[in-house]
Amino acid sequence: MWKYTARRIVEMIPILIVISILTFLFIHLIPGDPARLVAGKDATIEDVENVRHELGLDKPILKQYVDYMKNLMTGELGTSLTTGLPVIDMFKTRFMPSLHLTFLSMLWATLIGLMIGVFSAINKNKWPDYFGMVTAVSGISIPGFWLGLLLIQLFSVQLGLFPTGGLDGFSSYILPSLTLGAGIMSMIARFTRSSMLETLQADFIRTGRAKGLKEHSVIVTHALRNSLISVVTVAGLQFGFLLGGSVVVETVFSFPGMGRLLIDSIAFRDYPVIQSALLLFAFEFILVNLIVDVLYTVLNPKIQLDS
Amino acid sequence: MTSPTTVQNSQVQKKQRKYSPLKEFWKSFKKQKAALLASIFIGLLIVVAIIGPYIAPYDPFEPDYDALLEGPSASHLAGTDEYGRDIFSRLIVGAKISLMVSFSAVFLGLILGTILGLISGYFGGWIDKVIMRSCDVLFSFPDLLLAIAIVALLGPGINNVIIAVMIFSVPSFARLVRGATLNAKENVYVEAAQSMGASHVRVLWKHIFPETISELIIFVTMRIGTAILAASGLSFLGLGASPEMPEWGVMLSSGRDYLGTSSHVVIMPGIAIFLTVLAFNLIGDGLRDVLDPKIKNN
Repeated sequence: MWKYTARRIVEMIPILIVISILTFLFIHLIPGDPARLVAGKDATIEDVENVRHELGLDKPILKQYVDYMKNLMTGELGTSLTTGLPVIDMFKTRFMPSLHLTFLSMLWATLIGLMIGVFSAINKNKWPDYFGMVTAVSGISIPGFWLGLLLIQLFSVQLGLFPTGGLDGFSSYILPSLTLGAGIMSMIARFTRSSMLETLQADFIRTGRAKGLKEHSVIVTHALRNSLISVVTVAGLQFGFLLGGSVVVETVFSFPGMGRLLIDSIAFRDYPVIQSALLLFAFEFILVNLIVDVLYTVLNPKIQLDS
Repeated sequence: MTSPTTVQNSQVQKKQRKYSPLKEFWKSFKKQKAALLASIFIGLLIVVAIIGPYIAPYDPFEPDYDALLEGPSASHLAGTDEYGRDIFSRLIVGAKISLMVSFSAVFLGLILGTILGLISGYFGGWIDKVIMRSCDVLFSFPDLLLAIAIVALLGPGINNVIIAVMIFSVPSFARLVRGATLNAKENVYVEAAQSMGASHVRVLWKHIFPETISELIIFVTMRIGTAILAASGLSFLGLGASPEMPEWGVMLSSGRDYLGTSSHVVIMPGIAIFLTVLAFNLIGDGLRDVLDPKIKNN
């Protein structure tokens, strides 16, 4: 397992380097003069040159990249153009709420998705199956920003159960996490159903039933346990869906997380924040994929044997 | 005099002549009730998108300050928005924008992704490595984030949304087609064509590409739903269509300030996006059940 993990980490390095080059080039790829854009339309030539110097855009491009990488290694992500605060400090307050929101969404989506998938599979072509699959296909098709607004209208405005937005304790996480998790829940439900249907046809299930095991035991201990490995892997690999979705959901709920910060930074053309936020999102996504891959080899005895 | 055997033979030939893959497909597809219903819905939506401006009961851009935020009624089927514009007319005209953006983004992604996938799978070696590693880099950004990054770079606007959605579609198509190409190039008829001196382009186009079509059809259908969600999401975030355009995401975004008092302003465009994406996903599911050989065999 350690060998596999080490190999995967080594494989990650070139991709991370290319991503760092892309995020570094971000400011250079903007059509027009980035220093002029940052300084504003009314800025004098002197102001523009000052901004160019401040951003280090007057140095040779290779030197700029080397400086950028050196700074990255030391956690120096530059200064926000709008707030004047170090970008890393802004991330410190925004990162954890986003992470909590993402994990909470993943948790409920996996639990409910598994339940719907199992009930649909054991009631194939009966009403619980139809109901489960209609819920699942609707969950995939519903726009997150619309679902969020509907939940706010129902639970916050009409029933007054949860705050309409912001971050004020655990209750502020409920509606955003329901919105963010809906798509993943649906994917997990669909995948669990098809995986369970396949497993339920396996010989060991027939053997289990033939030797008189209770149906509950056949489903939970034998079939579900077998399907669980691939289902959990699929759930983990959908993490990127949550990262992308979090941008929209955080905007709907005015949730002070990384996604909202990214959108605000785009609106104010705060390029140092945009660059670093994109880098962080990509890094987070790659890291989660790595963890899921390694976990899969740990959980799946077949792969352990093969290696 | 015709012998009974000749008659039988001609009947068999008639039966054989009647067989066509399209007919066979239709026979299986029409059993998928949900997918069939969804196809009818999308068919109607396409017609509405084409003739929208001629059938819209009101001018979708014309404000009516005597009818601000009116609920659904006989004169305004979906109510009016904060400028008194008829929401139903805006939805009808907006169908064209939503479908055009998603169709063009997905088809551009399809063309580029298919070419890259065919080249990657067929030639292998360093070309394959370069293409697939580039796809890996694009895959390291979650779809919507990649689109947001591209729009942040190019600036907001509907054309840039098309480019952004196209770019995040390319690696998925490339990977899918590469996989199908790797399978297809093992076929004996490909080897036969190559040994008869057929050019690479001919082999790829005539012998390998047709093998990827059924998988592509399923994927394109699913991808259009994703593209509609992404494009309306970008517009909702203020990165897509301009605020006065009757684009569904924009309508939803501008209506959210009135959610508490006039919820129809948000509900109506949301229903339009939801039903359209749902329909594409149902068609995709139906097509997969009919076309995917793995599912067929099961």
